[in-house]
Amino acid sequence: MSKKSNKKLHIICLAVFTVLLCAAVWLLGRITEPKYMSGVLEGAMTQEYYNEENSHDVIFVGDCEVYENFSPVTMWEEHGITSYIRGSAQQLIWQSYYLLEEVFERESPKVVVYNVQSMKYDAPQSEAYNRMTLDGMPLSKHKLDAIKASMTENEDMISYLIPFLRYHSRWSELTDEDFEYAFRRDSVTIAGYLMRADVEPMTKLPTAPVLDDYTIGDTCWEYLDKMQKLCDANGATLILIKSPSLWPHWYDQWDEQISDYAAEHGLDYINLLDVSDDIGIDMQTDTYDAGLHLNIYGAEKLSRYFADILAGRYGVPDRSEDETIAADWENKCNAYYELLAAQNAELEEYGYLKSWTLGDEK
Amino acid sequence: MLFTSYGFIAFLAVLFVLYYLIPKRFQWLLLLAADIVFYACAGWKGLCFMAATVVVSWAATNLMGASLAKQKSFLKSDEGKTLERAERKAYKKQCEKHRKVIFVLALVADLGILAALKYTNFLITNVNALFSADIAAVDWVLPLGISFYTFQTVSYVIDVYWEKVEPEKNILRVALFTSFFPLLIQGPISRFGDLKDTLFAEHKADFKQISFGLQRILWGYFKKLVIADRLLAAVTALCGDPLTYTGAYVFIGAVLYAAELYADFTGGIDITIGVAQVLGIKVKENFIRPYFSRNIAEYWRRWHISMGTWFKDYIFYPLSVAPWLLKLSKSARKKISDGFGRKLSVYVSTIVTWFLTGLWHGAAWNFVVWGLLNAFFILLAEEFKPVSQRFRAKHERLVSGFGYRVFETLRTFLLMCSLRVLDCYRDVAVSFRALGTVFTDFNWGEVFSGALLQLGLTSADYLIAAVGVVIMFAVSCIQEKHGSVREVLWEKPVLCYAVFFVLAVAVLTFGAYGVGYDATQFIYNQF
Repeated sequence: MSKKSNKKLHIICLAVFTVLLCAAVWLLGRITEPKYMSGVLEGAMTQEYYNEENSHDVIFVGDCEVYENFSPVTMWEEHGITSYIRGSAQQLIWQSYYLLEEVFERESPKVVVYNVQSMKYDAPQSEAYNRMTLDGMPLSKHKLDAIKASMTENEDMISYLIPFLRYHSRWSELTDEDFEYAFRRDSVTIAGYLMRADVEPMTKLPTAPVLDDYTIGDTCWEYLDKMQKLCDANGATLILIKSPSLWPHWYDQWDEQISDYAAEHGLDYINLLDVSDDIGIDMQTDTYDAGLHLNIYGAEKLSRYFADILAGRYGVPDRSEDETIAADWENKCNAYYELLAAQNAELEEYGYLKSWTLGDEK
Repeated sequence: MLFTSYGFIAFLAVLFVLYYLIPKRFQWLLLLAADIVFYACAGWKGLCFMAATVVVSWAATNLMGASLAKQKSFLKSDEGKTLERAERKAYKKQCEKHRKVIFVLALVADLGILAALKYTNFLITNVNALFSADIAAVDWVLPLGISFYTFQTVSYVIDVYWEKVEPEKNILRVALFTSFFPLLIQGPISRFGDLKDTLFAEHKADFKQISFGLQRILWGYFKKLVIADRLLAAVTALCGDPLTYTGAYVFIGAVLYAAELYADFTGGIDITIGVAQVLGIKVKENFIRPYFSRNIAEYWRRWHISMGTWFKDYIFYPLSVAPWLLKLSKSARKKISDGFGRKLSVYVSTIVTWFLTGLWHGAAWNFVVWGLLNAFFILLAEEFKPVSQRFRAKHERLVSGFGYRVFETLRTFLLMCSLRVLDCYRDVAVSFRALGTVFTDFNWGEVFSGALLQLGLTSADYLIAAVGVVIMFAVSCIQEKHGSVREVLWEKPVLCYAVFFVLAVAVLTFGAYGVGYDATQFIYNQF
């Protein structure tokens, strides 16, 4: 082979090499990234939002205290309210903010509900939780900003952009699930609500530890300011809530600071812990983990109560007459009751939820 | 900036592109800027010490050069004129003395920085132990790669003093030679004479050289990330608990460490040489498949060659012909025996060279003992040479056979593994005790009944590391037989890119990098 044609062949091979390597990295990334289709389902929640066909009048953002405690299906059934929960595990306020930025690019909700529990964290906390919130976001400026704000010391931006660089070490623990869900996912929530039908009564409320400092951090306030401005700019009303979970403890000092902020900035702050009795929450029957999160029975009670507020005080419209939307929500309702039936069947068979947990028998 | 960090890869990508985009006459200046950025990432204090070394070396070499030029020009202009022969000789001697003063001052300054920063605490520890003193240890910064760049600079100063190279007038070029970033982490310790032409030259992009460079970098990452960093957990566990891991564990630990160290060090050198090659700069090889050596002397001609030749050229040879040692040798020939006197200078030089080699590796007694043991075995082999030669002559057929070659290779490998135990445990007494248990604790059954899986590696990890070692061994065999593997592959482009595709996917998949793996510096960076 002549020197010239050899060089030509080298250049062609190099081009093919580059393309194939990129394809391999993409493909291997799809296979190795965690699918969250069983056990820990929370990691699959963020990306489900992008499958929504119709817009929503109410968007919830926040941590587990929103996606476990509010049922959009109940709010739909009660008042025809279309809502979606953009919640994720230990969602930090800056993540809520960037998820909201993304929401306003796609739709125009009238009300945004933010659960203030996560304002106890003023700095990035955990890579695992970051991943569960951020990996599901499509590449955008919002995602990049969210990653920058969320990264812990040992993390790097590039592994968020090329997931294989993060998950390559899972090669030895791949299961059938990783291959089955490499290019598709099942829904794990109904409009962002992660259902749990099991019950674990609260026996004893843990004693709240005394903290060194109860001051809510500057970063949190900064993002709360930004969140309000974002809502204002998009014509949405921001409501601050504290979900009625009894634990982790919500301190009076925190509550006071949030109340003061809300009063100062003309925001509504509803501490639902104060109205737990009015809502009718019974921590003997309405929680699946002894007071941390509500189960479906508690969530339905809370959602009925909150739907009244949304419809009454904030004038969130009833969309049940809109055929397209109604059809969509009918599907959601069906899925909701099918899921409930499936969970009840498992509870009856095993005494605990086998498919929706890591399999720990209570 | 770790060689295995994303930051370093991004840094290289930007540098490679800029290097071939800018006018060629500025390429070396860009490299200097890159060195400063690279070095500053490790801390600006280190940069100050390196700058001091550069200034001292540049000033000293130029003063020596000026003195030599003045001497030559004066003597030339005076040829056959006013001065007598004796006066000319005296003038020359005076100039030489002047240069010697500059030379010694430069060495004291360059080596003084290294000695002060690296060995002060070692000195304090020993003084405290010897005199029951209580001198507090110092907390001084140890600049990145100080042992490497100091030795490189010292070799330059010596070479100028010995008139082997011309002094470089441009201080920025001296700075580039001292700080060339690929060499900073773990060498090779390059000589000014070898590097200057290639380092300061203008380079145009050469497709083959760039490809070869990138392939070499990839191969380096394979060794470092797939083999060395994967084995790290097991080696750390075994060496970290010498009371629990005795007997067979020590043997396995030493063998695993041999694989880890080789993959780590040669992997780093592959990255170094590959980076330089992409930049069009030729750096000398530092390893020639050392584990194929049949005796310890050969091993040291193949392992960390640049360090070995440095000590040979600048310590061993000058020492073995030093007037005081020759005098001592002569006296020993007369007073003791001819044979002893003849060997004395070589023996003393060998022992001193290896003592310093050990000390260069680390400011600790384990390194010193390691160095001295190397000297011991090298001299022992030298003593037994006549016996060995007689045996070889008598059993020519046996010693030329494959089996005997394997025996010699294995013997050398195991000997080097045994000596390296001192490096594993970093404590002389613990090392010897651990080594002793290999012959007293026969716990092989326990080791292979699942205990190896308690060392931080799964069976999949061992499998990957084993496959990696087999590949590394196979490549070494091909190199030993056919020379450069890349040259062989270059003639078959499809196969070439297929091989490197598999290698790249293997590095990305099985490499110990990213979250969950502690980013590890190269082992030789500690020295």
